Formats: sequence, structure tokens, C-alpha cells
Amino acid sequence: MNNIATKQTTRHRAPLGQASWLKSKYRLFLMAAPFLALAFVFSYLPLYGWIYSFFDYRPGIPLKDSEFMGFYWFTSMFSNAVRRQEIIRVLTNTFAMSGLSLLSSVLPVAFAIFLTEIRSTFFKRIVQTLTTLPNFISWVLVYSFAFMLFSVDNGFLNNLLMGLGWIDRPLNILASDSNTWLAMTLWGIWKTLGWSAIMYIAAIAGIDQELYEAARVDGAGRFRLMWHVTVPGIMPTFFVLLLLSIANFINNGFEQFYVFQNAINLARIEVLDLYVYNIGMMNSNFSFSTAVSLLKSIVSIVLLFVANSLSRLFRGESII
Amino acid sequence: MGKRERLNAFQLFNYGWFVLFTLICVFPFYYLFINTISNNDLSSRGLVLFYPLDIHLTNYANVFKLPGLGLAAVVSLSRTVIGTALTVFSSAFLGYLFTKNEMWGRKFWYRFLIITMYFNAGLIPWYLTMLNLGLVNNFLVYILPAIVSPFFIILVKTFIESTPAALQESAQIDGAGYWVIFTKIILPLSMPILATISIFAAVGQWNSFTDTLFLVTNQKLFSLQFILYRYMNEATSLAQLMRQTSGAVNIDLTNMATPTSIRTTVSMVVVTPILLVYPFFQRFFVKGIMIGAVKG
Repeated sequence: MNNIATKQTTRHRAPLGQASWLKSKYRLFLMAAPFLALAFVFSYLPLYGWIYSFFDYRPGIPLKDSEFMGFYWFTSMFSNAVRRQEIIRVLTNTFAMSGLSLLSSVLPVAFAIFLTEIRSTFFKRIVQTLTTLPNFISWVLVYSFAFMLFSVDNGFLNNLLMGLGWIDRPLNILASDSNTWLAMTLWGIWKTLGWSAIMYIAAIAGIDQELYEAARVDGAGRFRLMWHVTVPGIMPTFFVLLLLSIANFINNGFEQFYVFQNAINLARIEVLDLYVYNIGMMNSNFSFSTAVSLLKSIVSIVLLFVANSLSRLFRGESII
Repeated sequence: MGKRERLNAFQLFNYGWFVLFTLICVFPFYYLFINTISNNDLSSRGLVLFYPLDIHLTNYANVFKLPGLGLAAVVSLSRTVIGTALTVFSSAFLGYLFTKNEMWGRKFWYRFLIITMYFNAGLIPWYLTMLNLGLVNNFLVYILPAIVSPFFIILVKTFIESTPAALQESAQIDGAGYWVIFTKIILPLSMPILATISIFAAVGQWNSFTDTLFLVTNQKLFSLQFILYRYMNEATSLAQLMRQTSGAVNIDLTNMATPTSIRTTVSMVVVTPILLVYPFFQRFFVKGIMIGAVKG
């Protein structure tokens, strides 16, 4: 990439004089500057707010009148028994659901491999179109679907099962804390499986057909072709995406868990991002909430670097 | 591949599983739709399971009488149109500028933007910053933070780098400046990637829920998604309100608003724009996400 870039420079420099090249150097920057300023305001400026985690900040009271607390909020996560239990519970939820979605990351691979085994282009296109659709709706709408289909109060599933006589009392699937982790993972799979498979389908299309021919000549059947040609062919793509999901291990999102939370499943559904919201916005404990998100940012940046060095080690290329 | 296709056990299983998963993906949409057009009484008792019963369109005629819904639709539509236009323009423009090696500090500024994808100040610092900037309860909060999007900039930059440089060069020899080259050559050339970005940005704007939740308490600025979420939790009282205000004289009693009819119809209003634009843009997705995958 650098090669091409240098060539471009020399090519662009040739028709312009040295003076006008200098002028265009700053003109280009000035054209980008308003956008860089926007990025500064919305991405870098909020970092200043980390300072609130070192004070006892209450909404409405200026920071200069707030008491300086040092690392109190950080140490209280471990020293205060109630806080410690909360943090452990929230981390357990976060790790469990991230772990489950990490496990489910092989599903799009399988989806892509098996879909390419189907010969009918028409069928393939229909499947791809319709399974990608859920990726484009909001979690609020997913919750609306969940409510219609699984509500204890005349939901689709309950009425169907009762009608068939398989159950005699409606199941309260949404307000239950027994399978929250699994249910959240399944909704995630429903929403993203078709979409995530697109990348692998494209990767499979890029595999050299001669590899298949050669393996077939050697007597490989369908499953051996899949295992010895297709799977190695998409491994690099899988590996990159796996590393990215490791980097995002503690960022499992907010919206899904916010809309699905209720009084009964809260203990199982509260992930870090939701916890930060609940203690910050709902309980107005701004400083503690900031302390938690500061720690979270640091951990996720460390994870990103770990994933990046793993990638350098195994692929000789960085992911960021 | 030359072999004649036999429908063996493997193929049968394979087709079967894909049919099943596709049905699972589509059924909620279908179920939602048949419940909005069926007899409200049957629907609220959960009796409309696989096909519509007593088809009527009263729900759609009445849905915009719900308090706040019409305004929320205007808010969502405006943020989608304005936000998408600005985001796509800025991504295209910045993507182009960052292909220019002669830019002062190009590498540094490019990293300055890209790194923002990987860190986040956290909710409270974000909220307080928006508060200090006067963006809480301000329509601009839906627009401004989304204008510069590193991911889209990467997509455009990668795309422009893959187009022949000769086009730009010949224009430059003819005396065209950066702006002319951008509008006359880059924009038409990058249409496929700009279409992809447009749909991503538009879907993102339309589906956005948390910015309203965190930063907006003024009811006039509620987005459609947020209104839907509230209706999910308040549908019972709304149904009563609608029954009281709509005057029972000319209303068919069986199709009076029920919590279920409100939930389903508003959901349908929220999902319909997605369903309408989706088929037209679907073909761009693969191209777009592959470009993104080549180099993040």
C-alpha cells in the first residue's frame, strides 16, 4: 500500500510546481479540519469527563465545589462488600454472554459452508436475503417480536402449545431468570447469523477452484472437500473476526440488554454497559459510574492490544 | 460440479435446515403483519396464529392518532434524511482527502480519526459533555456526533484507492482543483460504496434508540424507536385513552384499539421503511462489507 501511495505523490507532484504543492498541502488539511474538529469534540473531549471519577460529583453542583476522592471509587469496587458482589455478578453476566457468543461464532462459518453446498442459485439468494433482514431492525423491534411471540399473556408460542395440548399452563419465558444468558445469545444469533455469514460466503467464493479439482481427483468426497479445502480456505477470515471479538469481549452492548431487562431477570442480564447506565443515569451516582467505565475502557484497550499482537504473531499483520 | 445433482440425504437435510432457519427469520415479521390487519379482539386473545382473520385496516387509519406518534415519525424521518446526507458527504469527502499524500500530516490525522473506533469515554462523561455543549434536548444531537464516522471513511478511502489514478490525473492536468475532481470524478466513481454507506447510515439513524434514551427528555424530540419502546410498556393505558377519545359511535366494537393492536401496528410502522428500502440495497451489502474486511 505504501508503494502505491508514494508513486501517487510523485505523479501528483510532477504537474504542479513546488510552491503550489506546498499550498495544496495545507489546503487539503484545511478542507479536512472542520471534520477533524468534530471528531475531537465528540470523541476526545468527553475523555476529560474521566476526571469526575476522582471526585464526589453530584449533578447540579460544580466540579470545583465537589469533594476530591482520589481513588476511592476505584477501590470501593473491591473493598465495599455490596459493590464487590455487584461487580462480580455483572462481570459474570458479561463474561458468560460474551463467551456464549464467542462459541456461537462458528455458526456463521457452518452456515456459509453448507449454503455453498446448495446448487440452486435462486434458493441461495432467497435464503441470504431473508436471513440478513433481522440484522437491519432495532433491538426495540426485536423486543416487540419477543413480546408477541413469547409473552405469557396470549403470546404465540404459549397459545400454540396450549392449543396442541402440550402444556397446560403458559410459560413465562420473558420474565424468567433461568435461561437469560442462553435466550440473549439465541436472539443475537437470530439477528446476526445470516449477516455474519456473508463475509464467509464471499471468502469461500474466493477459494481457488483448482484446489477442489485436485482434491476430487485424489478421491475426496463432499465432506473431505469441505474439511480439507473450504475450512482452511476461510480460516484466515475466521481468525481475524475471532480476534476482533476477543478485543470486544467486555463490550457486549447495551441496547439488547436494556430492552429485555425486567425486575425478574435483572440479576442475570445486567452486563457492564447496562450496569454503568443503571448506576449512573438511574441512581445518579455519576462518579462511581464513570470509574467503572474508565476501568472498562482501559481493559478493552488492553484486550485490543493483546488481540493485535496475537494477530501480528500468527498472521504477521495487525488488525487495527 | 459436472455430476448430475441427486437429492441425497445430505442435500435433503441441508435444504431442510435452511428452509427452517429462513422461516424462523421471517415468521416474526409475518406474524406481526397478520396481527395488525386481523380482528383486534381475536388478535389480542392471541388467536391469530398463522393467517389473518377478519381483515380490516382500522389500525393503520387510527395509529397516527396516538399521542406523539406523528411527531416522532417526523423526527425520525428528518434525522434519517439529514443525518444520512451529512454522514455520506463527510465520509466521501474525507475518504477522498485521505487518499492525497500531499496533505499536511495525513498519516497522523488519519490515525487520529481511526483510533476513535476503539475507545469510548463512557456514558456519564459523554452525557456531561453533551450537556455542556447544549446538545441535551437538542435535535442536533441526532446529527452532529454521527457526521464523522471512521468506519465509513475507511470504506471510501479503500474504494477510491482501488480506482484507476489516471482519471484524477488527467483532470488535474486540465487544471481541475480538488473540489472539482471530488464532485465530477470521485463522487460518480464511488457510487457503489456510497450506496452501501447510505443504507448503513440510514438504517443506523432510523434504528437509533439510545441517544434519545440518554440525551432527550423533551417529548417533541422523541424518535419513533423510543416511542415504540414506551408504547410497549404503556400500551394498556394508551388503548383506554384511544377508546375514550375516538367516540364509540362509528367505531366497530370488535376493532377497538387494544394494547396488542397498538403494539403491533406501531411496530409495523417502525419496520416498514426498512422492509421497503431493503430489497433495493441488498445487492450492495456484499461488496461493501468485503471492502471493509480487506483492511479495517
